[in-house]
Amino acid sequence: MRGVSGMPSYDRETLEMLIDGKLSWQEVRAIMGSFKDPDRFDKIIEILQDRVEWDDRILLPLALHLYIVQKPDGSRVVKCDCGYEFGDWRQNWKLEALIYVRDTEEKLQEIYPPMMHSNPEWIQLREYYCPRCRTQLEVEAVPPGYPVIHDFQPDLETFYQEWLGRELP
Amino acid sequence: MSDYLPKQCGETLRDHKPIGWDGRTLKEMLEESERLFSETGHYWGLRTLPLKTNEPIRYEKIFAKLRGGLVNARETAMNISASPIVSEIGELCFAFYTPEGDSVALSTGIIVHVHTMSDAIKFMVRNDYEFNPRIRPGDIFSNNIPKIGDVHNSDVQTFVPIFWEGELVGWAGGVTHVTDIGASTPGNVPVGPISSYEDGLALTANKIGENDVVFRDHEIRCEHGVRTPMFWKLDERTRIAGCHMIRDAVERIIREEGIDTFKQFIREAIEEGRRTFIQRIKETTVPGRYFCPNFVDLTFKGERGLPDYAAIDTLSQAPLELTIGPGGEFHLSFDGTNKWGFHSFNCPPSAMQGAIWVLLTQTVIPNDKVNDGAYLATTHEFPPFTLVNPVVKEAATGAAWGTLIPAFTGLVRALSRAFYARGYVEEVLSSYGMTMNAMQGGGKDQYGRDTGILNFEVSCQGVGARAIADGADYCAAMWNPEGNMGDAEVWELLIPFIYLGRCVKPNSAGLGKYRGGSGYASLYAVWKTPDLVMQNCGDGNTFPSPGIFGGYPSASGYRHNVLNTDLLERFASRLPYPSREDDPADSEISRLVKGDHLFDCRTLNYPYRMNHGDIYYSIYRGGGGLGDPLERDPALIEEDLNGDFVLPRYAEKVYGAVVSRDSSGLWRVDASATEKRRGEIREERARRAVPVRDWLATERERVLSGRMIKEVRVMYNQSMDLSTRWGKWFREFWNLPDDFRFSEAEDEG
Repeated sequence: MRGVSGMPSYDRETLEMLIDGKLSWQEVRAIMGSFKDPDRFDKIIEILQDRVEWDDRILLPLALHLYIVQKPDGSRVVKCDCGYEFGDWRQNWKLEALIYVRDTEEKLQEIYPPMMHSNPEWIQLREYYCPRCRTQLEVEAVPPGYPVIHDFQPDLETFYQEWLGRELP
Repeated sequence: MSDYLPKQCGETLRDHKPIGWDGRTLKEMLEESERLFSETGHYWGLRTLPLKTNEPIRYEKIFAKLRGGLVNARETAMNISASPIVSEIGELCFAFYTPEGDSVALSTGIIVHVHTMSDAIKFMVRNDYEFNPRIRPGDIFSNNIPKIGDVHNSDVQTFVPIFWEGELVGWAGGVTHVTDIGASTPGNVPVGPISSYEDGLALTANKIGENDVVFRDHEIRCEHGVRTPMFWKLDERTRIAGCHMIRDAVERIIREEGIDTFKQFIREAIEEGRRTFIQRIKETTVPGRYFCPNFVDLTFKGERGLPDYAAIDTLSQAPLELTIGPGGEFHLSFDGTNKWGFHSFNCPPSAMQGAIWVLLTQTVIPNDKVNDGAYLATTHEFPPFTLVNPVVKEAATGAAWGTLIPAFTGLVRALSRAFYARGYVEEVLSSYGMTMNAMQGGGKDQYGRDTGILNFEVSCQGVGARAIADGADYCAAMWNPEGNMGDAEVWELLIPFIYLGRCVKPNSAGLGKYRGGSGYASLYAVWKTPDLVMQNCGDGNTFPSPGIFGGYPSASGYRHNVLNTDLLERFASRLPYPSREDDPADSEISRLVKGDHLFDCRTLNYPYRMNHGDIYYSIYRGGGGLGDPLERDPALIEEDLNGDFVLPRYAEKVYGAVVSRDSSGLWRVDASATEKRRGEIREERARRAVPVRDWLATERERVLSGRMIKEVRVMYNQSMDLSTRWGKWFREFWNLPDDFRFSEAEDEG
């Protein structure tokens, strides 16, 4: 499907099927092999916004289940789709999560067969859960003592103002 | 890059006519190109692209002709000559370069070398090869030194200069991955060298032929220098044939289009590549900072024959940080990486560039218009004296891939976070599978000939999970997207092994809402060799392929080889023998063969002797998972179980699936019971987890007291010593004193 600019543009149904993993490989392959649809960001935000049960405006999808949202008071926070808020978007959301560390062979062998996991003295697994819905949001594989990783710090203002060509809401 | 080598140019040789454009030397062209780019930000100062703008069809036709010539050269050369790892797996690539060494277009294949060959050409230009040993029509040059321009020493490059009316119009370059490079241990990813003097045959951008004929002394030198001279010759002829085909194609294009148009075209093509890359970054990503460290374990402690400073275990970090700026600037930093070492896993900058390249061509610029324009659109920081820029001449580089592959999983994960945030979910990948086990060795083959072995089944690994589907199973390698496992029957002809089995390796993939692609495993019997040493090479202590968005890393490797077996007696008595090892906790190999079982996590070791009838097990890795495993579709879990991708007890424990077998023996998942069980697991998570801030308080005490093994403490100290910035970040995170360092005593852990 072509948009007004001659670039691809996909309808909502197609994009919903795409993000839900319901398109066939041939259909996905066609999307991947084409030019990118420039209206994707706005359409995906619209879909995600309709799927959550809260009204705070989604500014950016940060990861599966996580969004940077704008609150009515103007503050911007990281929010889970269950509604749990992890605090200011510039801080690492993981600091407000729950953590479970797999730092023994016994704990690692709940996930991996014997010998098919790290040596826990070298590398441990840190599972980060949402405190409300208990979804596993990230897993870090790091040595003991490694600081909590801040995976992604978006430059939100530049993205909106200079790349999307509009002010942040 | 050339600082450590003496200048070869003698002033007395400056009596010859320069071969660059408009009466300039190649070095003058290179310096002017760099000056114009520095001053204008555009390749050769090209603010406009008149040929592309005014004659777009002609411009695209020229590109298609050049690209077609390169692909044709690769496909033809591969099939008229070439060693098995080249002809079977496609371990070769060709490219065309400007006179000063910038790539214009490339073929398919191991496109990792787009920029490494550029480095090698620029090395020749900067070292005044134009004057000594001279660059003339019909010359042939060859290089395999990563510090000059390469990934690792077994990637051997050939260059042929292309002239038109006395001027150099460009270079044809070709690279193949050779079977053996003559290093201190056999194979083409040799783990034996602890200094560059043991890396094997060294071709330091040498002239190896004139008038289209290879020097006989060069051939003799190579015959003596490598363990597989026949394969070496085949590969060298492949590279030369391909380069000559490219020369023919370029000359044909010039005849058809005119030399002035061709010159304008190659510069515009690179500037277009630069602009396209920036445009693509702005179209598909989000500006910001992405931090994706990964870790490399090297275990040489206890290896006999190594000096004490090399016989150690080390953990190194590669703290990959990607910054995408407001103008689409793409800056990659490895600040905080650990020190280079006395092993062969060091990566010079050219190798790092190679890895950036091969990944960008699979993510940001997955099209045929790939050239050094994208290189010009990126910047990087490879700190000196580290694993990613050893600087020192003696650093061995033969197994640079062993560092590159885990280090660069971070680039895929960083870009995937960007693609996801932008809504392009179809481009999201968790990390690719580590390309191990490198099954390597040498000695005599089944025909009594000298041999060096690396079974290129390793170019077929599981791919990372996607945001909309599972990763592809046993599919390719990050360094060769066209890789495959090859035919077992062909491998049996080439190496002294027979297959006892080859099948999917359960639980090799990282589990998640979408699992990574699975790896597979091959079980071999050593066969009819009078003299053979073998080794394993891979990760045993770390998780080199992390997951993303809640998915788990893919599995680590282990070793299960058996020496002094009763396999031959079993064959003679027609007794069962092993063909697989689905579950190391219930090992078929242990059950069905007697002998000395090397059944452990020592997955990186020096070669040891194996004999006719011994057993070698090679596990190939899976990709990382994506998303919470409790969100996996029960129908996909059934496919996992019935396809042997996941062992049933892990479907229960990790996916929370309630499973049973139906009357036909197929696994079924009870969806409603599974949903109930998943609710219970979420409650278990809440009970066993703690708030991160509470955990940080106790973890800080652990850091302060240094309660961790020496290898981890040394890793942190090295990073703090080599990078003020990384040290400041580490100390500030844990609120440590400004002068904090760990003790490196043995007994602190």
